[in-house]
Amino acid sequence: MANVIARLDDVTLSYGDRVVLKKCSLDVVEGAITCIIGMSGAGKSTILRLLDGLRKPDVGHVYVRGHDICHMRESELIEMRTKIGFAFQFAALFDSMTVGDNISLPLREHTSLSEDEIREIVVHTLDSVGLAHTYDNMPSELSGGMLKRAGFARAVVTNPDLVLYDEPTTGLDPIVTHLLTDTIKRLRQQLSATAVVISHDLQSIYMMADYVAMLFEGAVIEYGTVEEVQRSMNPIVQQFLQGSEVGPIPL
Amino acid sequence: MSVRSESEGPNIEAAVERASVGALEGVGRKVNSFFEYIGGVTALGGEAALTIFRLRIRFSETVNQCFLLGYQSLIIVLLTSLFTGMVFSLESAVQAVQYGFGSFVGGIVSYTNVRELGPMLTAVVVAGRVCAAIAAELGSMVVTEQIEALQSLGLAPVRFLVVPRMLSLMIMLPLLTVFADVIGVMGGQWIAHAQAHISYDDFMSSARQTIGFEDVVKGLFKSVIFGIIIALVGSYQGLTTRGGAAGVGKSTTSAVVICIIMIFILNFIMSYFLYGGG
Ligand SMILES: Nc1ncnc2c1ncn2[C@@H]1O[C@H](COP(=O)(O)OP(=O)(O)OP(=O)(O)O)[C@@H](O)[C@H]1O
Ligand SMILES: [Mg+2]
Repeated sequence: MANVIARLDDVTLSYGDRVVLKKCSLDVVEGAITCIIGMSGAGKSTILRLLDGLRKPDVGHVYVRGHDICHMRESELIEMRTKIGFAFQFAALFDSMTVGDNISLPLREHTSLSEDEIREIVVHTLDSVGLAHTYDNMPSELSGGMLKRAGFARAVVTNPDLVLYDEPTTGLDPIVTHLLTDTIKRLRQQLSATAVVISHDLQSIYMMADYVAMLFEGAVIEYGTVEEVQRSMNPIVQQFLQGSEVGPIPL
Repeated sequence: MSVRSESEGPNIEAAVERASVGALEGVGRKVNSFFEYIGGVTALGGEAALTIFRLRIRFSETVNQCFLLGYQSLIIVLLTSLFTGMVFSLESAVQAVQYGFGSFVGGIVSYTNVRELGPMLTAVVVAGRVCAAIAAELGSMVVTEQIEALQSLGLAPVRFLVVPRMLSLMIMLPLLTVFADVIGVMGGQWIAHAQAHISYDDFMSSARQTIGFEDVVKGLFKSVIFGIIIALVGSYQGLTTRGGAAGVGKSTTSAVVICIIMIFILNFIMSYFLYGGG
């Protein structure tokens, strides 16, 4: 049995009256790429927030590397997060800093590297997402897709062993989508980094995923390898994968 | 008709009772959220103090904030205190000379300036500018997920954002107050001379006799406290922003209103204890 690096255990979470996750359980296998699929608003981003300790569940537990985030102090959470990369759905770059400073920030704060070394790493990371020329730009000068790639670069620049990607390829052209998908796979191979990827792009999911989890009405209704999920007998999963309007999913 | 009024009677009573219970509940909720607010601001202050105490300070950002929050408020502080000193002198000097108290004008003007008007006006003016700016900046960082991004990088918003702003205000507000004190007294001196023919020397010697070094220090102590309040209220409002751009707008206005009210209340309390009102 493969090692589990993070786990949601019967998690229930609501925003006000709206219950988003209902007794949701999910294992994230170490060194693997786990893709989460599901309808818009299903609570996928919420799962990533739980895994990073940015939200705590109302009921249930979230374990990361064996520790329950519900019982961690803020300082322990901060320590944990330095080893987790998070690429946000809308990039969330700091708009008061240049792109270069944004991506240098975790290195400046958490390592004792010299400015020259940091610059070298940052330029290299930016280059790997095709953004080397934007080092001195402010985030407001970048397009949506460029912001997204810069956010991606910031999440992976410290080589974390667990990276959470929230829709890393949504809204990008096919070539860049391919580039980022390759980057996620390469990081997994080179550093045996674990990845949790939220994506609506079935093509790139089939390309990279080791495991796929489908979220529906607050719980994981299907989990397995790509082939297993594709062969699922669950009509909800089938309807979702085929993108059909007719079926059990209420629109 | 009578049947209807009979059936209406108890309904009205019930409605009145419901309304008064509702009003009480409303008051209860307000009192509750007031204490929640004070608790929140205090907790934020405690966390900030702990960060400063552990010397986990970002110096370059603090200097940067000193410039942004402090230096850029200089002109507006100078203008408001100059004209306040002048109007105060205008109101008091002519009258005082008429009643034969001309030699006290310098004392009166500088006394009120250094002990009350200087620290408070500066704080109120800076609050209007800076508390709003802090709340708006942190609030828009919340709604664009930048605060969560900061946390996801293993950085605490309190150390990263709140402490530099708080420290810079603790340094800059007293400095601005010194400028406000000086320019306020100078404006008063000028008007006393121009309108009531009180000589510059008479004005100054009266001022020197009335206020001591201790008064200046106490005034500056107040400014330090005001600086902390401005930074904490602005940050708290910003960090608790919910609901997009509209939410940022709401946070910004409430930050200024709450901050100014707190400055007035705290000013009274501090004057009471510092200057021995009891
Ligand atoms: N801060 C919040 N306050 C209130 N409700 C929220 C908040 N964040 C998310 N929600 C609600 O929780 C639900 C799940 O949100 P989440 O962002 O996890 O969805 P998602 O699966 O990532 O959707 P998408 O694919 O559109 O990004 C949504 O219905 C949303 O309305
Ligand atoms: Mg999402």
